[in-house]
Amino acid sequence: MLDSLLSLGGLVLLRDSVEWEGRSLLKALVKKSALCGEQVHILGCEVSEEEFREGFDSDINNRLVYHDFFRDPLNWSKTEEALPGGPLGALRAICKRTDPGPVTIALDSLSWLLLHLPCTTLCQALHAVSHQDSCPGDSSPVGKVSVLGLLHEELHGPGPVGALSSLAQTEVTLGGTKGQASAHILCRRPRQRPTDQVDPTTHLTFNLHLSKKEREARDSLILPFQFSSEKQQALLRPRPGQATSHIFYEPDAYDDLDQEDPDDDLDI
Amino acid sequence: MFVELNNLLNTTPDRAEQGKLTLLCDAKTDGSFLVHHFLSFYLKANCKVCFVALFQSFSHYNIVGQKLGVNLTVARERGQLVFLEGLKSAVDVFFQTQEEPHPLQFLREANAGNLKPLFEFVREALKPVDGGEARWTYPVLLVDDLSVLLSLGVGAVAVLDFIHYCRATVCWELKGNMVILVHDSGDVEDEENDILLNGVSHQSHLILRAEGLATGFCRDVHGQLRILWRRPSQPTAQRDQSLTYQYKIQDKSVSFFAKGMSPAVL
Repeated sequence: MLDSLLSLGGLVLLRDSVEWEGRSLLKALVKKSALCGEQVHILGCEVSEEEFREGFDSDINNRLVYHDFFRDPLNWSKTEEALPGGPLGALRAICKRTDPGPVTIALDSLSWLLLHLPCTTLCQALHAVSHQDSCPGDSSPVGKVSVLGLLHEELHGPGPVGALSSLAQTEVTLGGTKGQASAHILCRRPRQRPTDQVDPTTHLTFNLHLSKKEREARDSLILPFQFSSEKQQALLRPRPGQATSHIFYEPDAYDDLDQEDPDDDLDI
Repeated sequence: MFVELNNLLNTTPDRAEQGKLTLLCDAKTDGSFLVHHFLSFYLKANCKVCFVALFQSFSHYNIVGQKLGVNLTVARERGQLVFLEGLKSAVDVFFQTQEEPHPLQFLREANAGNLKPLFEFVREALKPVDGGEARWTYPVLLVDDLSVLLSLGVGAVAVLDFIHYCRATVCWELKGNMVILVHDSGDVEDEENDILLNGVSHQSHLILRAEGLATGFCRDVHGQLRILWRRPSQPTAQRDQSLTYQYKIQDKSVSFFAKGMSPAVL
């Protein structure tokens, strides 16, 4: 299950609640990424470094880079130790890295960031981070970036949660009944690139394919109400000598033909 | 302290866990008996206690404390108890000189910024004294109650930041404990209070929730207590245990029993 959560990359949103906490799942995903050989960065805002690293062996701990925003996130002690730029600055610094390997960033927690930063700023930063590998024109190929975000559902309104949810490739909602935990997983398929587009005409019981002749006939068809340039020219420059249209009418016995113009008395 | 509650929580003053945040919350009832329990518990455990008392006066806690076997006046004189009496010192904010920021400095400000002066008061009160031998086991911060800060105009995020900094200093750095009371507004829609309650819930290791009975007032059963253990230290330990008991408050003790097993009914 953990493999499938990490395979899509992008933002993985872990939604937990007071009764069903999600930090243990976050740590399990971090451990999985580290075992796959990825470099893992942790933006720790809610628990201390010791508490987060608890339960990991030393070889996993060596792969974890912990950015400490727990001890003094708001710089109340006014020492030089404060990391410049805050958590978002650290996030951008991680993405500016030069080595091309895949990287996993764990945000513990997104709720803390959402309470202290405007929602739009956070969403823009997350979008920039998780879509970094699809950025064209970059000289150095950058590896896959996975972002694991822990979100405490009850702390936020439907607006910010919905915004983060729409940014996420995968969403895991933790719940359960009577001591048995459960996880509801929602995967969003990534947007397909044009070259990989699936052909919709395959696997049908009827034939939607066109032969070469049929395709040519279809392409050369002029639609009756389509305003083409030829039609425009014909209307703008009426050809000389072209007779106006004639109406041939044979009156029968019951017709009352009056040659006078009935609208003569209209004063327009 | 209430011995029956100690049994339910499986703890005693001499072998209590350290570095833990306990959240007390009450809904449709008065949960202050839990505050009195923990105050006497930690004083008996020989801890250095910093009590930020915003809800009641010193004499109130002293009178109840004497019924539970602790003398707050003596504890304060010995230096074991640092007591911030919110009701009295709120007035001092206006009559004190401006040199050092008062813990309740936010009362003077038009838009209450942060609770940094209050945090610095707590840190100063609980920091270990250099030079002397350790008289006290570990520091404890007790707050009664946090919802009062919201009523005084502090934002929910500012209060959460204050709790965060206290947790980093008291629980992590000094390996002490914290006990916080937050009221649950229940049916009344109070977004700020909900954010505060849920925010502190996510940071806590133990949540004790006193609720009034759904059926209303009863002479023999005063309410229901829900106990939720969170964030176990070992990942393999049984997680998120939750227990529910009903209780009756008597003059000097509280008796707990399983739902429907009140002695008056049996």
